[in-house]
Amino acid sequence: MPKAILGISAYYHDSAAAILVDGEIIAAAHEERFTRKKHDPSFPINAAKYVLDEAGIAYNDLTAVAFYDKPYIKFERLLETYHSFVPKGLISFLSAMPVWIKEKLFMKKMLNDELAKLGDKKVPVLFPEHHLSHAASAFYPSPFEEAAILTLDGVGEWATTTIGHGKGKEIQILRELDFPHSLGLLYSAFTYYCGFKVNSGEYKLMGLAPYGNPQAEQTITFKKKILEHFVDMREDGSILLNMAYFDYATGLKMAKDKKWEQVLGIPIRKPESNLTQEYMNLALAIQMITEDVVLRLAKTTQELTNSRNIVLAGGVALNCVSNGKLLKSGIFDDIWIQPAAGDAGGALGAALAAWHIWKGEERNAVTGQDAMKGAYLGPDFSARDIEKVARKSGAKYHYFEDDNQLYERISDILAEGNVVGWFQGRMEYGPRALGNRSIIGDARNPEMQKKMNLKIKYREGFRPFAPSVIEEDIQEYFELPTKSPYMLLVVPVNEKRKTPEPEGYNDLEMYDRLYHLRSDIPSITHIDYSARVQSVSRDVNPRYWNLINKFKEKTGYGLLVNTSFNVRGEPIVCTPEDGYRCFMRTEMDYLVLGNYVFDKKEQEKIKDDSNWQEEFELD
Amino acid sequence: MEFLKDLWGFLKERKKFWLLPLIVILLLFGVLIIFTSGSAIAPFIYTLF
Repeated sequence: MPKAILGISAYYHDSAAAILVDGEIIAAAHEERFTRKKHDPSFPINAAKYVLDEAGIAYNDLTAVAFYDKPYIKFERLLETYHSFVPKGLISFLSAMPVWIKEKLFMKKMLNDELAKLGDKKVPVLFPEHHLSHAASAFYPSPFEEAAILTLDGVGEWATTTIGHGKGKEIQILRELDFPHSLGLLYSAFTYYCGFKVNSGEYKLMGLAPYGNPQAEQTITFKKKILEHFVDMREDGSILLNMAYFDYATGLKMAKDKKWEQVLGIPIRKPESNLTQEYMNLALAIQMITEDVVLRLAKTTQELTNSRNIVLAGGVALNCVSNGKLLKSGIFDDIWIQPAAGDAGGALGAALAAWHIWKGEERNAVTGQDAMKGAYLGPDFSARDIEKVARKSGAKYHYFEDDNQLYERISDILAEGNVVGWFQGRMEYGPRALGNRSIIGDARNPEMQKKMNLKIKYREGFRPFAPSVIEEDIQEYFELPTKSPYMLLVVPVNEKRKTPEPEGYNDLEMYDRLYHLRSDIPSITHIDYSARVQSVSRDVNPRYWNLINKFKEKTGYGLLVNTSFNVRGEPIVCTPEDGYRCFMRTEMDYLVLGNYVFDKKEQEKIKDDSNWQEEFELD
Repeated sequence: MEFLKDLWGFLKERKKFWLLPLIVILLLFGVLIIFTSGSAIAPFIYTLF
């Protein structure tokens, strides 16, 4: 009988389930993809059912279930925080406590009740610490036998940052920075102040930062003031936040708006209002500080572990700009980042911690390849499923028996400037679409960025797009000396690709700068001549690689624009039905479900669907 | 009962007995809340819950 462990993350945000069978990662998925509710925090019943089914394991045959944090210690942090700030924080206390008293204190029971829906046997339930789960998700699947581990996020139980060392099956946590001093929460506070949603808008802040002017007096002053008033940044990378300026420990928001306004000289930005240069400069200032902290922490991590490899996880590890800077710094020779670095990845980390630490099982031979299977760990669908959707929707399609003919046709379609929904094989685990649930287009097309943002994703016009490049051609386009399979490194576009900046580039209006053609691959070259690269391996994702390669044969360019298959506020599509619905609601030109090609011009509109945008809350 | 056992185990393990009176009062509050109100809605800041 194989030994299987089910990992669960739930009840905060981004619930997910993952399963290991004899230590091998078999399946993992976010609950939001099934329930169609972005960042769904509820118990991942659908994801759990799916991973068990994928593994062919009955719940009653599980060796253990691992939950990704320790609720009691989180409660301890909550009580001690209120105790230390009393009498402040009464309102927040009154709103947080009912949730705890009614639900979260009884999490074990809640969890057991939910698990009982999966099977009637009492399976041991383990609770590894939040940051240990992150550390395990970063180290165990990495391609390294030995590595330094850095985990960074908002907060787990107490820890907000940990430095560790992994060797074989052992993980040792060496240093810890505790709440309320948190790089993740600092970044979230700026996300909030710049008018974006906490816990989902951090990506937007990172995308906005390059619009800031690094030479501007205002940016320099912002940076100085942040370090003077808000953050005490130490040489070793630890930070102390001045809680007089932050409200998250005892209040119901991230920052004390009035105090921030006094220091920064600009008011809090209203969500969805116009973006002005001052907020871009502010975004740049905090991004620069974040990068500085990460580099200092990396140096300390290197000194403590004496390792040449580093692995990262935790929400801050999704800051691919700082990851790119870390790679470039040369502090470590090699870097590996867990693709599901956020809390959803905790499900996998918890299961891995249970397997290697609780069960004491050895790691399988480390071969230089990571164990994530390209992060393609979600459900896939058969030709029958696709045909069923087509029939149900009355959709017209063209079926390609031969894969090569499919690549041939789709590369033509792409080269003509069309936008294609590309839905293939198993869904990705983690927040990025990596070519199985992607919307793709021609990176050379100067209109592509605008078209994708405004007509397909219905999101803010300033947001950048990322390229998928075949592994063999990385250096042709980017200053990237290694692979980046999970789109977690931002690096400069190659010098030879760039077109010179016009005079006074940094002083131009945002959209004038944005629509300046910065390179011969303009739609994926961000405003600061950088790109968030995904390298595509022929072995790991042959279909996607073949499509890009065919596109290269026709155009000379071995890369495409790749963005996740969803609209703003919607979770990435999971089923062919989700894919078809999303295709029909947007101005996407073609949809490819497996070997079935749907042309928008041939489809009839979905009836009574004009209010669909109200379905998804804006993120 | 299992909850009380776990809670005691937690206080012992973490040596945080000073939290006990706080927790007892909170649980009494809790009983009140359960009997007086419908639902508990989590505030949006995730550090709180």
